[in-house]
Amino acid sequence: MKLTHPYPRESLQFDPPYLHPAYVSTQTRAPRQPLIVIPQTLSELTGPAFGHAEVKPSDADLTAQGEGAPLGERIIVHGRVLDERGRPVPDSLIEIWQANAAGRYHHVNDRHDAPLDPNFFGAGRCVTDSDGRYRFVTIRPGAYPWGNHPNAWRPAHIHLSLFGPCFLTRLVTQMYFPGDPLFPFDPIFNAVSDARARERLVAKFDLQATRPDWALGFQFDIVLRGSHATPLEAEHAS
Amino acid sequence: MSSSNQSDTPVIVTPSQTVGPYFKIGLIDERWTRMIPPGEGPLITVAGTVLDADGKPVPDAMLEIWQPDRRAFGRFGTDPADGSFTFQTLLPAGLRQPDGATHAGHLNVSVFARGLLKRLHTRIYFEGDPLNVADPILALVPEARRATLIARPTDASRHLFGFDVRLSGPGETVFFDC
Repeated sequence: MKLTHPYPRESLQFDPPYLHPAYVSTQTRAPRQPLIVIPQTLSELTGPAFGHAEVKPSDADLTAQGEGAPLGERIIVHGRVLDERGRPVPDSLIEIWQANAAGRYHHVNDRHDAPLDPNFFGAGRCVTDSDGRYRFVTIRPGAYPWGNHPNAWRPAHIHLSLFGPCFLTRLVTQMYFPGDPLFPFDPIFNAVSDARARERLVAKFDLQATRPDWALGFQFDIVLRGSHATPLEAEHAS
Repeated sequence: MSSSNQSDTPVIVTPSQTVGPYFKIGLIDERWTRMIPPGEGPLITVAGTVLDADGKPVPDAMLEIWQPDRRAFGRFGTDPADGSFTFQTLLPAGLRQPDGATHAGHLNVSVFARGLLKRLHTRIYFEGDPLNVADPILALVPEARRATLIARPTDASRHLFGFDVRLSGPGETVFFDC
């Protein structure tokens, strides 16, 4: 069988490895056998579609899910979802989740000795518009300690999940904030070995998006894997 | 980066980062353990456990299932107590490809977890499907490891199948690069 790859495999070369010993949990969870290279078939060139109908506009405002306003620094996080060729990715679901301003997740397993916020649950979602744009209103998350090594702290981050047009474009990643002093010490961030690729994970402060007297703005563009032709053209050509 | 500036030179794709231990607050919805709307059937149930290199259950993994013949999607976390999972769908049918070949029915699976810096991609095939022997993807897998991709009926009616995911170590599940 011909190994067709309409979505070039090299595009994932900047992803972190599975085994990154400094991130201790990878030691028992990373596969040790070589991955098997397979062609991109109909199974990988299709994927779930989530319409605008399933997402309410209010789902994108994480500060409006309680009875009152959450504590912390209100921020606007916005940007575009593009593919690696600069084409916008429209109508695509983005889901986010994060810690509160004190660095505590609204999750039963998070035992960090920091307060929960009764007005902040830390999850949101939206669908990109026809130009690939998205926008969330949330609270700047706090840094938090974790058990990876002595005095380990995660830099503040927002988790993001994106689907894109097919199975191959699925991305789960984290957005960090510019200038975080914890960057040099974080094995998850530094599992991405290329400095330019790490920059992709860091939002930019955006004065233009900042709303006077209300919230700071951050811009975070997300680049998904893209095909060198449309998948159908590639299939017909092969 | 703008739509008017499409380029033949690709830019760096945003790298993957781990889903972490707290994905449940943002990603899990009960409805996604049943991939098919009510009324269609008979459904099969696939049940198993995600295991780590030491054979210990992984209680904080997330699985996503893509079933192309039905355009059906599933997503769920493993059980916080014992790393088990269970989901329901229709037995996948053979899938006709654009080149005319028919591939054996299967589910495409993404595995996410704390300790996985990027997802793992595997497939679930079903024992007893006559198309398995000629399936070109299974043929790329060394025969000794092929069994890790095949769900086995755990009752005579073939409505219940078992499929474990071993992330690492003895009996490691076959994972794909695609």
